[in-house]
Amino acid sequence: MRGRRTAVLRKKRSGAIAARRLKFLLTADQTGIPPEVLAMLRGDICRVISRYVDVDASGMELRVRCSHGESPGEETADSPAVLYTAIPVRNLRLKGTIT
Amino acid sequence: MSEVIVVTSGKGGVGKTTTSANIGTGLAILGKRTVMIDTDIGLRNLDVVMGLENRIVYNLVDVVEGNCRMKQALIRDKRYPNLYLLPSAQTRDKSAVNPEQMMKLVEDLQDDFDYILLDCPAGIEQGFKNAVAGADRALVVTTPEVSAIRDADRIIGLLDAGQMRSIHLIVNRVRHDMVRRGDMMSVDDVMDILAVPLIGAVPDDEAIVISTNQGEPLAGTDTAAGQAFLDICRRLLGEDVPLTLPNVSYGLLGRLAGLLKRA
Repeated sequence: MRGRRTAVLRKKRSGAIAARRLKFLLTADQTGIPPEVLAMLRGDICRVISRYVDVDASGMELRVRCSHGESPGEETADSPAVLYTAIPVRNLRLKGTIT
Repeated sequence: MSEVIVVTSGKGGVGKTTTSANIGTGLAILGKRTVMIDTDIGLRNLDVVMGLENRIVYNLVDVVEGNCRMKQALIRDKRYPNLYLLPSAQTRDKSAVNPEQMMKLVEDLQDDFDYILLDCPAGIEQGFKNAVAGADRALVVTTPEVSAIRDADRIIGLLDAGQMRSIHLIVNRVRHDMVRRGDMMSVDDVMDILAVPLIGAVPDDEAIVISTNQGEPLAGTDTAAGQAFLDICRRLLGEDVPLTLPNVSYGLLGRLAGLLKRA
């Protein structure tokens, strides 16, 4: 009983799962980058950052914003699409890589 | 001059027609001369949701093709003095009308109404293009589900590309109890994902099913959804109505929590 209870508690709530899946999916839809490639991009960024600080990869956000709500492919020189990412940091203390 | 509003969603079954019916009714209750146009040619439904299905003589395609005058096709809703419906054709398909004809149709109604409300079909094809063509602003209806939100995002992209001047979001069928326990995306989550301003959230309310069964829209009635729809109408008129999260109680515990919250 107790084991099941903690398993339920540990399991991430489905609302949060939906939000995370959607953000990822919409980035793929909007950029035309295949989800698989996007996942690789995500993984690579995470790996590089986590060399320096301790991050929570599961909470990572990766999005592409086209300025003025233009659809992808319509970017101009003065308003390019912007890829931005936010990664929750568990521990801001630098890891021992810079020795 | 009237304001032309299209109610759209991309995905089917999220409540476009119910929303159109209730916003049309709400605007009429608030004293605005309103006409609702069902642009879903071949899958006519706004008439049944409104309970006006037995009064159809002519339809939108008849007007476009010149088989009748506009006045002959418009159905006056006797329950609300300011409300009219232009029904869709059931035996034709989307190709019966093109965007230019829709724009002309809307233009012909401009002098007689304050609000022209277009109920858009699901999808992103011809029917969508027709409905959007003459509109000044768009209301995108979605539910807090991944499929509906993905389609809403696509629709928002298309509206943006088509230079739609104003786009607002309606989050329909919100289950407060599920949001609270973390098993449904919150209205804030949806807004964050779609990055479009919210004009209202509507709770998942049994009263909607009952109202559709009876063919009597519930905007303005003493139900959670009815109040939410009327609030949306007030915001459309420019009133500053605070955005409250819809709170329908499910079961005894929910009702108790609701009471405590109100106290």
